[in-house]
Amino acid sequence: MKANCWYGKNKLSVETVKDPEILNSRDAIIKISSTAICGSDLHLYNGFIPSMEKGDILGHEFMGEVVEVGRDVKNLKAGDRVVVPFPIACGHCFFCQKQLYSCCENSNPNAPLAEKMWGHSPAGIFGYSHLLGGYAGGQAEYARVPFADVGPLKIDADLSDEQVLFLSDIFPTGYMAAEHCNIQPGDTIAVWGCGPVGLFAIKSSLLLGAERVIAIDRFPYRLRMAREKAGATETINYEELNVLEGLMDLTGGMGPDACIDAVGMECHTPGPIHAYDRMKQAAMLENDRPHALRQAILACRKGGTVSVAGVYSGFIDKVPFGAIMNKALTIKSGQTHVQKYMKPLLERIKKREIDPSFVVTHTLALGEAPNGFQIFNDKEDECVKIILKPGD
Amino acid sequence: MKLDQLSRALGYFSIGLGLAEIVAPRKLGNCIGVNKSYPRLMRFLGLREIAAGVGILSEPKPAGWMSSRVLGDAMDLALLGAAFVPSKNSRGRLATASAMVLGVTALDLLTSRQLTYSKSPGGRDANGDIDWRVKRVIKSIQISRSPEELYQFWRDVTNLPNFMVHLESVSTSTDPRRSHWVAKGPAGKRIEWDAELVQDRKNELISWRTVGKADVRHAGTVQFLRAPGGRGTIVRVTMEYQSPGGVLGIAFARLFGKEPGQQVEDDLRHLKQVIETGLIPTTKGQPAGRPTGTSKKFDRQMAQPQYTVKTY
Repeated sequence: MKANCWYGKNKLSVETVKDPEILNSRDAIIKISSTAICGSDLHLYNGFIPSMEKGDILGHEFMGEVVEVGRDVKNLKAGDRVVVPFPIACGHCFFCQKQLYSCCENSNPNAPLAEKMWGHSPAGIFGYSHLLGGYAGGQAEYARVPFADVGPLKIDADLSDEQVLFLSDIFPTGYMAAEHCNIQPGDTIAVWGCGPVGLFAIKSSLLLGAERVIAIDRFPYRLRMAREKAGATETINYEELNVLEGLMDLTGGMGPDACIDAVGMECHTPGPIHAYDRMKQAAMLENDRPHALRQAILACRKGGTVSVAGVYSGFIDKVPFGAIMNKALTIKSGQTHVQKYMKPLLERIKKREIDPSFVVTHTLALGEAPNGFQIFNDKEDECVKIILKPGD
Repeated sequence: MKLDQLSRALGYFSIGLGLAEIVAPRKLGNCIGVNKSYPRLMRFLGLREIAAGVGILSEPKPAGWMSSRVLGDAMDLALLGAAFVPSKNSRGRLATASAMVLGVTALDLLTSRQLTYSKSPGGRDANGDIDWRVKRVIKSIQISRSPEELYQFWRDVTNLPNFMVHLESVSTSTDPRRSHWVAKGPAGKRIEWDAELVQDRKNELISWRTVGKADVRHAGTVQFLRAPGGRGTIVRVTMEYQSPGGVLGIAFARLFGKEPGQQVEDDLRHLKQVIETGLIPTTKGQPAGRPTGTSKKFDRQMAQPQYTVKTY
């Protein structure tokens, strides 16, 4: 089959590899109909996530048709149309029982590696480094899905791939980020980053009852999309306006009730602070550039919540912890517990409360994946979200 | 002198010497026989001494810091050696200083070695001194099943190869307290031993030890402790290894290419996976844009269990 493989920083290639097989009794093989490039894939593309190996198949947002199931998968059969959640979860451990699926204890075969770095290991994730299991990803014609009796969501409704594909990651991720904000009627939420996750966070904040959502980015086309498609009430272009001043102005100095960081480790910011973080990152003195996080902490109103959906990998510095303590802030974060959100969010799609396909700007053949990564990474051609079609 | 007293003494010595080097670099240089002193170099050495000293005093088992002292000693000796070259320096004083550093080096080496080999709990005799012959490993894991279920599973020794993936088989003989163990060694070599049940407390504890001529004599205890809050069981394993060479069960580690603590930890993780999910998740055999689906560098090579266990 064809698969999009990682060969180093900014080096991808669509290669012919062998087809996946059932390796565990709870596996299923999926023939992929649609697969997407995630913003977090760019961290792999730019070489910021450790423990990648040449030849790793990328991709963790995919859906398709079941072609084969292992002998312990009773709820799926060949021909079923499914969306696959990006974290791999066993369904039986303490964390899965508490619906903290991205914290599954049993799905990361390389757990000791992750434990060295983070103290404990999260769940395995498709195509997202060996630290997170080393599982082959879904930017391919076929994928093997472990614990297929727990993860994949069957889609019977008459909905297009574009409408349901994002249940695999970015819609639940934006939704969980908003849910973490504990939104009360009348709340103001600020969202850093108007990429796909940021857009879903904006939309979800409104679905959950926020009155105002202030979106922050530097690309006019993304800010326009935040206003016109996701429903942001105000936008701030951080290259034109000081974010903290802008937010204080809009909120009468109080600050937003909750702040969502939908940017993560590769944040940009104008001026010398960016150069400072970029240098420290290059010298491996910090893994991540946390500028959006710093701003979110400083901007958030006292007693408010900072919800972190952006991916961070390791150590960051100059984080104003004194502000967290003295302003009585709550920090919520985590890889998304996708399995928990898929069904209720599918219901919202069915009820036409949201049509997730609004984020799609590009549809490419799987063979064009490396090109797609470059366009997405360099924000060319007003790119927001790329879907790859293995069938084309 | 006990090990921890010795290491503390060396820690204070480090700080004292470091302070002297920083406060009075020229005087100290004169003492050891260096005519033209290098105050900056001396102060740098002082900083190094203080860092090592603080490190040693602030950790319960400062094996790493003690090794850094050994490296520092090597640096000092090299500098002293170089100081013999300029004829203005006093060779007699330099020789005395070198002899003193050599003495301290010996102490540092001994202490760092002992600390390194006593890193895990246990491994000490009744006097608190290191017992060089036994290595003890204690590991535990939470499993979302009842102690009864886990006890029953473990008590049937033929189940063990399902999660102790380095084992080929465990079989019982006519004597129900005896079992025969076959493990995969390096280069396809098989390692075999007999074990006997020492204690068997239903739903609580099982302990066993090797009998007769075993390549590596060892004894193990597994406890099944009820976890609070309905969280199932905390399975706690204590293993003691003794090898004929006398060096702390390291031979045993080499048999399986792993440090014994890591081996026990992996076994317990696999037990949890088998019991909670019915399988050990693997990536061995998956596709990739390279010859093998797994990564030699990052992926842990997992042998597959034989699935005699039921899916729970």
